[in-house]
Amino acid sequence: MDNAPTSPLATYLAHLEQGHLAYQFSPEAAAPVFFPRVICPKTGSTNLQWRISAGLGTVHSTTVVHPQQGAPYNIALIDVDEGFRMMSRVEDVPPEQVRIGMRVQFRVHRPGGDEPPCPVFTPLDPA
Amino acid sequence: MRGLQRGGAAIVGVAESDLGAVAELMSPIDLMAQGIQRALADCGLTLPEVDGLFCATTQARTSAMSLVEYLGLPNAYTDSTIVGGSSFEIHVAHALAAITTGQCSVAVIAYGSTQRTVGRRAASVREYNPYETPFKPFLPASAYALAASRHMHQFGTTREQLAEVAVAARQWALLNPAAWEKKPLTVAEVISAHPISDPFTVRDCCLVTDGGGAVIMTSVERAKTLKKPPIYVLGCGQSITHATISFMPDLTVTGAVESGRQAYAMAGMRAKDIDVVELYDAFTLNPILFLEDLGFCAKGEGGPFISGGRIAPGGALPVNTNGGGLSYCHPGMYGLFLLIEAVRQLRGEGGQRQVAGCETAIVHGNGGVLSAQSTVILGTQATL
Repeated sequence: MDNAPTSPLATYLAHLEQGHLAYQFSPEAAAPVFFPRVICPKTGSTNLQWRISAGLGTVHSTTVVHPQQGAPYNIALIDVDEGFRMMSRVEDVPPEQVRIGMRVQFRVHRPGGDEPPCPVFTPLDPA
Repeated sequence: MRGLQRGGAAIVGVAESDLGAVAELMSPIDLMAQGIQRALADCGLTLPEVDGLFCATTQARTSAMSLVEYLGLPNAYTDSTIVGGSSFEIHVAHALAAITTGQCSVAVIAYGSTQRTVGRRAASVREYNPYETPFKPFLPASAYALAASRHMHQFGTTREQLAEVAVAARQWALLNPAAWEKKPLTVAEVISAHPISDPFTVRDCCLVTDGGGAVIMTSVERAKTLKKPPIYVLGCGQSITHATISFMPDLTVTGAVESGRQAYAMAGMRAKDIDVVELYDAFTLNPILFLEDLGFCAKGEGGPFISGGRIAPGGALPVNTNGGGLSYCHPGMYGLFLLIEAVRQLRGEGGQRQVAGCETAIVHGNGGVLSAQSTVILGTQATL
């Protein structure tokens, strides 16, 4: 059997480079899979489809980290609408104002240098 | 746990190594050996009689190999399962299995850490996780803080209730001469301490100390011939629900539900049958979660349950009677000390902090970020 041409993480990061939040979907389990893997954790199947999230979600939990040096910053767990949870941070709002239940929207943060892009979220403007 | 025999083996010796801030250049294996020597003296067995080694430390990649070399026990049965702070509760289950199937007859469970001396970062190198590390969570505190925020949101648990857990631990620690913390603590002091990761301040977080120790287990027949009354392993359970907080199935429900269910079923007991409770208190949220998940109160009621001094000295339910990881000692993987304290309470060796007439104890270890849960139920001869 040939080696896999690419890894789950490399595929995920390539999507992020393109500005997309990607996740996997397991047809057999009829469920999203995140973090990306080589097999579905429910069925063991290698049949995992890559899908692109619409990028909308809800803050599931939040904390403000107080580093020894530098300004406090936010860490949040986001329930993405397609049915998976991920760690991120909510930007464009003071860290202590991030609330559980807040609706948020994905955007790509590009730290530059050798660091890969990462998915962050901003508050979704009330309609 | 499936296939394990209730009361099939007993804990016969327990000891701490040096604690707090240990001598310069002391190694984690030195501390394991120190604990082993003291625990053997506690029960009257000798090193050549040891034929099973169970150990874990974050500072030795192959700790069982290191310990075998150090002790000169090439034929020992070994197990260095490591799943964080609950490793030692899992070792109890594995040692019980090994003793009852004849793999070994005198099992040592050992731990050592010099994290205070060498620094937490050097003692416990954290793996890069591409789905978490870029956001710079202050781990493990931020992970537990996310669970605490969710518990407060869902159940109305208050900042003061979290602080009360730290205050109760401090009150117990003041009764324990071996405890690191020596001064009283108030709810107001906990809340106004240096913030770490909201809602936690530094007083909601476990200590950073050095330390180690050992627990000796043997067969029921041999246990009866030794110096002190045997403390029997009545129940064991284990559940590992996740490794990273992002993927914890429910931030307010831990694997203690399942590990507790297994341990209670094996012991034939329920929460109301337990006299003394030793829970891994890495953060003030932990005892609240584990009291819920182990059936001492309903889900979501842990905050009100612990308030008013219920788990403090003189309260209705003695919890973390040595002062816990919050005020007694926390070298990084604290689970071994829960076992040591439970055994001392069941033997009546608790001194000023002794719980009167205790025959049963529940020990609940926690590893990772609420990840690896393991429960052990212990009892005196009267519970067999």
